[in-house]
Amino acid sequence: MVSSPVLSVPRSASTAWWGMLLLVATEAALFAVLIASYFYLRFHADGGWPPEGIGDPKLVRASLMTSVLLASSVPMALAEAGIARGDRRRLRAGLAASFGLGALFLGLQALEYREQLRELRPQTDAYGSLVYTITGAHAAHVALGLALLAWLQLRAWLGAYGPRRHVAVQVIALYWHFVTLASTVVFATVYLSPRV
Amino acid sequence: MAAIAEQPVERLESSWEEPGGLVTWLATVDHKRIGVRYLVTAFAFFVVAGVEALVLRVQLAVPRNGLVGPALYDQLFTLHGVTMIFLFATPMLAGFGNFFVPLMIGARDMAFPRLNAFSYWIFLASGLFIYAGLPFSAAPNDGWFNYVPLASAEYTPGLNIDFYGFGLLFLAVSTTAGAVNFIVTILKLRAPGMSINRMPLFVWAVLTTSFALVFALPSLSTANLLLELERKHGFHFFDAGAGGDALLWQHLFWIFGHPDVYIIFLPAVGIVSTIVPVFSRRPIVGYTAVALSTVLTGILGFGVWVHHMFAVGLPQISMGFFAAASLLIAIPSGVQVFAWIATLLRGRPVLQTPLLFVLGFVVVFVVGGLTGVMFASVPFDQQITDSYFVVAHFHYVLFGGAVFPIFAALHFWLPKITGRLLSERLGKASFWLMFAGFNLAFFPMHVSGLLGMPRRVYTYPAGLGWDAANLLSTVGAFALALGILLVVVNVAWSRKRGPWAGADPWGGDSLEWAIPSPPRPYNFPVVPLVRSAHPNWDRADREEDARRAGQAELVLAEGHQTLATTVLDGEADDVLHMPEESLWPFVLALTLSVLFAGLLLDLPLVATAGGVMALGALAGWHLPRAEDEDEDEAW
Repeated sequence: MVSSPVLSVPRSASTAWWGMLLLVATEAALFAVLIASYFYLRFHADGGWPPEGIGDPKLVRASLMTSVLLASSVPMALAEAGIARGDRRRLRAGLAASFGLGALFLGLQALEYREQLRELRPQTDAYGSLVYTITGAHAAHVALGLALLAWLQLRAWLGAYGPRRHVAVQVIALYWHFVTLASTVVFATVYLSPRV
Repeated sequence: MAAIAEQPVERLESSWEEPGGLVTWLATVDHKRIGVRYLVTAFAFFVVAGVEALVLRVQLAVPRNGLVGPALYDQLFTLHGVTMIFLFATPMLAGFGNFFVPLMIGARDMAFPRLNAFSYWIFLASGLFIYAGLPFSAAPNDGWFNYVPLASAEYTPGLNIDFYGFGLLFLAVSTTAGAVNFIVTILKLRAPGMSINRMPLFVWAVLTTSFALVFALPSLSTANLLLELERKHGFHFFDAGAGGDALLWQHLFWIFGHPDVYIIFLPAVGIVSTIVPVFSRRPIVGYTAVALSTVLTGILGFGVWVHHMFAVGLPQISMGFFAAASLLIAIPSGVQVFAWIATLLRGRPVLQTPLLFVLGFVVVFVVGGLTGVMFASVPFDQQITDSYFVVAHFHYVLFGGAVFPIFAALHFWLPKITGRLLSERLGKASFWLMFAGFNLAFFPMHVSGLLGMPRRVYTYPAGLGWDAANLLSTVGAFALALGILLVVVNVAWSRKRGPWAGADPWGGDSLEWAIPSPPRPYNFPVVPLVRSAHPNWDRADREEDARRAGQAELVLAEGHQTLATTVLDGEADDVLHMPEESLWPFVLALTLSVLFAGLLLDLPLVATAGGVMALGALAGWHLPRAEDEDEDEAW
């Protein structure tokens, strides 16, 4: 049996990774419940969906937004792979690229809201409430993710991470991939499903 | 490790002992101190909920009583339910989990000690938040499941429901953090050799419950989020006039609410599975079957929520499905009950207070289970829904299924927490008073319910045949309260004069009995090695631990260290450096309180300030610690 406190490299994932996985699981359940509420009210709606007088959601900008956010997972994965090999420059570059794409997503979301609000407000009816609650909840998750990426970038500049010491990068990457994947579900629900 | 100035155990003492003083009191991360705080706070809420119940019972003792009017009565029964479910049952079991899960798996703390402290502070803050409206007659008043449209702004204006909505959202932060902490602790911090099929059954129960919380709580939180968006900001989810649907609330609430019944019940069952073998002097019969039944109950609990809604007019086919699932869940519950009975029959039961409470639980719970099976039949349910029969049923299930096991656990584990034994004579007297009082209080409600008395009425006219049943219930409630008071007296006596318990007063089989009572701050002087599901009955292994402690093998005395193991097999994997005391969890809880107060009172600036300060506190929390920097160089 080992008597020294330093064992070899651990075989299984860190406690922090497990903690984030469970946080992601509970957040995924939250989105699942929001989306189930959307379809529950849709199938109980008399009349059309979207209701009379409200146009179908427009696809062009929304597909661009979703693609931008999905794409931001790539540099995040490259950043993580980079620091695993000790490449700190690649870590910083990847984090910066992900942050830029995430910020672009939020900018496009703001434009989208500005246009949407002309014909549909959260207070208009249940349809409007659902659309803004679901997309708003997702945008809030993106905003929190950006704050986390900024924190990582700051710590990376201070040289906090190395090849065997970057649990924070792994954990926040996991969160970020969840947020980008969730955008596809939000897109399918809010933008595609009314056309089906 | 060559030059050791101090003995390893002395180094453990000096690095784990927390200094005294107010700052440490606010900053502690010791799972045992936090566990005791959970227990004390939850018990205080239990006393408050009990007083509320006594006021309700006095009001109902005789027809046309005028002690409290309808407005106060509504707040009292709502607070009673909310408190018992959210502020007593779950946190009380979390308290036992906090104190005992790390001890039972041979760890030195929870996986995330500061998150653990944070969970406690949020629990305390959200509990006070929910009660803050009571002095202004603004406490929640639409029942613990808070149905819309009654709970909509139109029919319940004022802040009453907002205390409920925001309070439960706030509390969910604590519960979620606690559940994640339990899961990771149990999966990663078990002593080497404790593979997943050797975990104590209480730990299985906490694990199942925590997973259920991770997936069920978002439904309650979403319901409350939608409710508050509707009440405060004019959104539409539940009002039919604007495309909403009131039944959405019921679905969301019960998708959480029924798993929550098992979230409360399963740890209680785990307590029973812990106590029965110890007092029968033999391993539990069917360990694997009991563990799997625990997990299966947790899963099936997600498929039965509609049985709370049989009377709202749903399609027959879906009611058929949920009725079948509700009957199915009797199977894993039955497996466990038979395993306990078989263990008792095959062993030599010692009738001490903890076992008495367990037997009381079995009797009461089986009665509650019988009426539960009756409810699974849709036509019967539709006849007696919202009557006192329901009140009788769920008190048999929840008081029997949770409160009796909690009192069993209190008598079983308090000697480990305080180091002193309770009085057996007082313990037995309090059990019989509680058992008799409980049945006297709640059995007559079956009768008044069948005779048509609706629940939640603040008074009733004479001559409907309900008078005798109600008077008996009130007498029973006071006998029950007296029994609980005796327990408090017993605890107070034990704290001052109870005989010393020693490490293992009951001959327990799990690891918490291998260490002194009360445990030292580092729990285990040496990481224990486990070879069976009953490690404390493996004498040779424990003697081996003591030998290794003497030779400084696996003592891990370099600061706050504990061992991480692999998830399934429990093989030694990594040495973790645990954080020490920190004020940030307390500060973060304070900033979140500001945030929620701002949301409640429609003060966007206050809420924003609270949110920004919370982000700052999070950053402070994650500032690197000195020992991390040292380790960096080592890498």
